[in-house]
Amino acid sequence: MASREEIMAKVSELIGPFNNKGVELKEDTTFQGDLEWDSLTVMDFVAAVEDEYDIIITMNMQAEIENIGQLSSAVAKLMDD
Amino acid sequence: MLNLFQHLMKTSPVDGGPEPKAIGDKQVQDDDGITEMTDLLSKFDPLIQERETLLLTGVKDPYALVMEEVKSPTVAICNGKETILLGTYNYMGMTFDDDVREAGVRALEEFGSGTTGSRVLNGTYSGHKECEEALKEFYDMDHAMVFSTGYQANLGIISTLAGKGDYVILDIDSHASIYDGCAMGNAEIVAFRHNDVEALEKRLKRLPEDAGKLVVLEGVYSMLGDVAPLKEMIRICKENGAMTLVDEAHSMGFIGDNGRGVVEAQGVIDDVDFIIGTFSKSVGTVGGFCVSNHPKFEILRLACRPYVFTASLPPSVVATAATSIRKLMHSGNKRAHLWENSKKLHQGLRDLGFEIGTPEAQSAIIAVIMPDMERGAMMWQALLEEGLYVNLARPPATPANMTLLRCSLCAEHTSEQVDQILGMFEAAGKAVGAI
Repeated sequence: MASREEIMAKVSELIGPFNNKGVELKEDTTFQGDLEWDSLTVMDFVAAVEDEYDIIITMNMQAEIENIGQLSSAVAKLMDD
Repeated sequence: MLNLFQHLMKTSPVDGGPEPKAIGDKQVQDDDGITEMTDLLSKFDPLIQERETLLLTGVKDPYALVMEEVKSPTVAICNGKETILLGTYNYMGMTFDDDVREAGVRALEEFGSGTTGSRVLNGTYSGHKECEEALKEFYDMDHAMVFSTGYQANLGIISTLAGKGDYVILDIDSHASIYDGCAMGNAEIVAFRHNDVEALEKRLKRLPEDAGKLVVLEGVYSMLGDVAPLKEMIRICKENGAMTLVDEAHSMGFIGDNGRGVVEAQGVIDDVDFIIGTFSKSVGTVGGFCVSNHPKFEILRLACRPYVFTASLPPSVVATAATSIRKLMHSGNKRAHLWENSKKLHQGLRDLGFEIGTPEAQSAIIAVIMPDMERGAMMWQALLEEGLYVNLARPPATPANMTLLRCSLCAEHTSEQVDQILGMFEAAGKAVGAI
């Protein structure tokens, strides 16, 4: 079982190819505001995270997620379930 | 907010939605002790700004066109000028069919101008039942339910079928009515990359085995006019215990030997649980429907709120729809001519140097990709001045933030009209530097 820190590190790694602006990645870095992703980029990135952990992050869950920390917690919770 | 509401916002004109106001911005109380009102329309300021900027460049408002006279399914008078219509979804040209109009006039005279009631109260006339009979025959299915619009059909069926704890799995490029149906229901929503069979399969396999699953697909996607790989997708849905709903709004009457849509053309119509369609395209009037062979289908009439809590279609509308649907069963020649038109326009536009949304003509929609909104609007206006109407489609309704000049062909367009259309595209394209 991956720890939240490991998940956070992995998520940051997965953001890499989509981080065109070279934004520094922290817990509170937001996808829409800081990374300025459009909906298509969000979908591709979410798919990469889902494939990495073999999980589904529904659009309902995604609506509640704004930043990297929240995403890492959500992934950790899905892995626990 | 990561994703969901951006898509749900496809119905809203503002991409991404408003920025929440900081608390400090809020006016609380003035000296009189009266609370100042927050203007709810201020969230549309960015859109107002964008529109004003565009209009300042001298282009006409592409979303405020008025058809002063409509002469036929393919010709109207706009701004006093005779204009060829190439953006109406009137695929089979049924709007001026003599039998269709006659049926409408007769029903208007015999049954009056409207039903003033819900389908489940005083709003079901013999014409509504006849219309549902025509649909059952057209699709060779056991059940048909007519809604007041196609939008309401998707809204109603999706939100009613998929409840709390169920999953709706949909293509990311789905129509606004599908997203709104999801937003109205309580199911979990899972999106997959457009037309990606493998992405769909992966997601289905990750969902709980015992959960209810509804996969929502479209036969033809209206923005680019591309067709879905339904054969593979429907097979995968069955293998993974998911029910399937296919929206055939843009293929009815045209695609498939009997015009039943992409599900017929790809040989999977018997494996699909629900087909959604509309009367506002090939059928040539307004209204929506769902057809199915499911033995419990009829109960949806009592459970589906967008069916129950709205007035039914006027008698003249269901009469024109029923007549049109029956005529569409025997329209093989018109279908063949429409395919010719579509292929000819696609090839002609490519030869002129335009970029098209699909590598070949897959439907009666040919989408010309414009480099940006400003040149798209300029080209749209230049075409209108030449005497051609097409749809200008822009984000957020379009995939990948594209600006499109969307052309939809009609079986009543003559081959000569298609030549004329190509001439107008050439002249307008050169005038604005698009080719």
